[in-house]
Amino acid sequence: MTSVLVKDVSLSFGAVDVLKKLNLEVKQGEFIVLLGPSGCGKSTLLNCIAGLLDVSTGQIFINGKNVTWEEPKDRGIGMVFQSYALYPQMTVEGNLSFGLKNARLPKDEIARRIARAAEILQIQPLLQRKPAALSGGQRQRVAIGRALVRDVDVFLFDEPLSNLDAKLRAELRVEIKRLHQQLANTMIYVTHDQIEAMTLADRIAVMRSGVIEQLDSPHEIYNRPVNRYVAGFIGSPGMNFLEGVIGGESEPVFVADGVSIPLSRYAFAAAAQRGAKVTFGIRPEHVAANSGMDWPFSMQARVEIVEPMGSDTLVWTRIGSQDIAVRLPSERSPRVGDQITIGFDPMRASIFDAESEKRL
Amino acid sequence: MADVRTAAAGQADPTVAGVREPYGPRPRRVLSRRNIVIYGTLTLVALYYLMPLYVMIVTSLKGMPEIRFGNVFAPPVEITFEPWVKAWATACTGLNCDGLSRGFWNSVRITVPSVIISILIASVNGYALANWRFKGANIFFTILIVGAFIPYQVMIYPIVIILREMGVYGTLTGLVIVHTIFGMPINTLLFRNYFASVPEELFKAARVDGAGFWAIYFRIMLPMSLPIFVVSMIIQVTGIWNDFLFGVVYTRPETYPMTVQLNNIVNSVQGVKEYNVNMAATLLTGLVPLVIYFISGKLFVRGIAAGAVKG
Repeated sequence: MTSVLVKDVSLSFGAVDVLKKLNLEVKQGEFIVLLGPSGCGKSTLLNCIAGLLDVSTGQIFINGKNVTWEEPKDRGIGMVFQSYALYPQMTVEGNLSFGLKNARLPKDEIARRIARAAEILQIQPLLQRKPAALSGGQRQRVAIGRALVRDVDVFLFDEPLSNLDAKLRAELRVEIKRLHQQLANTMIYVTHDQIEAMTLADRIAVMRSGVIEQLDSPHEIYNRPVNRYVAGFIGSPGMNFLEGVIGGESEPVFVADGVSIPLSRYAFAAAAQRGAKVTFGIRPEHVAANSGMDWPFSMQARVEIVEPMGSDTLVWTRIGSQDIAVRLPSERSPRVGDQITIGFDPMRASIFDAESEKRL
Repeated sequence: MADVRTAAAGQADPTVAGVREPYGPRPRRVLSRRNIVIYGTLTLVALYYLMPLYVMIVTSLKGMPEIRFGNVFAPPVEITFEPWVKAWATACTGLNCDGLSRGFWNSVRITVPSVIISILIASVNGYALANWRFKGANIFFTILIVGAFIPYQVMIYPIVIILREMGVYGTLTGLVIVHTIFGMPINTLLFRNYFASVPEELFKAARVDGAGFWAIYFRIMLPMSLPIFVVSMIIQVTGIWNDFLFGVVYTRPETYPMTVQLNNIVNSVQGVKEYNVNMAATLLTGLVPLVIYFISGKLFVRGIAAGAVKG
């Protein structure tokens, strides 16, 4: 069942088109992450769904009801903001009850809902405190609680963890995931952090300048990005890109700087034209430096730069004149100047048209 | 140099007390050249600015014979509060001989409603302009700001006509209306800028929580903005209390505010110039803004401390 449906939504501020004919269908109970760099329109889209911004064209449906002209409070949504946006002069309890009092709910119902939210989020001891007396993690918990007490079907998160330090972020990430499993609400979550996106999402919508480039499961987005932009945006360290052409007689090969990479194991999405200019992408973690293995492609390369990252080491070398990064386990990191054998399976690669940047 | 090391030595860890290399807070000399220049200049300037006040207070406590000796800076030989009493209760302006007290109460009746009404309207204006970006908001704001740059004198006569047509010319109501209108541009600007600095997400959160225009204003914005209300109040109280131009143009002798009455006492041409009474009357008139500064200064600091929530 469809929970949130965004249909042909555009939004322009003067001459700037922030959202361009955008479509998005979110299923009941699904966790969708809107991912993209700042300025790609992901927060704007969330604000449109929440009703805090009016769309220029298009419609928004929540639970089958056209809410395009509805006020935020009537849309059946709860929202969590990056800066927590707690009302500073009210206690935690006051913050949680503010929306319910505005909705003129009976007192015992308000108390019941606050008790439930406080229990789920474990903020019972904080109820009488003011936001100023809370830590960042506690504040964000209260902010989630404020969405929770509204008893709504759709939760909207606008970069909720971006103001927290790395450790707290990891903790609350797990907590949000647990919350989703427990409540099974629809959740739409905006972030620029790809780790959050990969770990939380059922499906990720990767956005760029007002359009959704790819909407798919984290696994698909990581392994089969639809274009060069998505391939480069997802993954850290980023994917290696080699420029070259498609060659070969019976079996296609990728040719760059005199190096030929056989593509017989690569699953082409579209027929490869011989002589076409393409970009060959391979993730650093999919390249190995193990001379013992029998890789479909392997070659000798000289180590140029070594970047230790703790759990593993990023080794920069070259294929022809083009840089390529290789991710190796730390205990086997080579030294600068060493000759190593690198190899990979082209099945794991992504090939994009150099012109249209689309996946081939 | 002995005093130089005392601060450091007092706090120093006993194990390293004898060490001569730098340790802990850097010792600072109390009588450094920098301090002498700074405090010396400040003291001189303060004395210079306080001099007239001193002369006024001293003169207001002297009797007329003592003033005629001409020792302006000399403290009073015989302290008398006669001039203060006279200035407040019996000094004559025109036909009335009941001192400044009449003007004082007129001023109170003008200032209190003007301040309250203008701040209420300006804060709602500022809130609407900052948070509810309605169509034409920028044009309204520009018009309001342009209003602040038109000299008052240009508008005096048109306003006389407007007040006459409204039937409130010469009454306190008329003057209250004038003060409220003229306080609008600067105070709206003040409130708009303050509300614009309140995080937008707070406003969005309140909208998701179902609060409307007035609920957000009263329940979210007002409790957060005590400091700006105090600032606005200081501006309005001092501005309206000290106003002379509107007071003299739009009122009649029986409704003159204190400033106009003060002028009439000080500038009276007949009889002896009673310097002591004049000084006392001037001090009395200036007392109200002074008191406001002292009271609200504290409130101001408390307001800032209460409203802040950082991430």
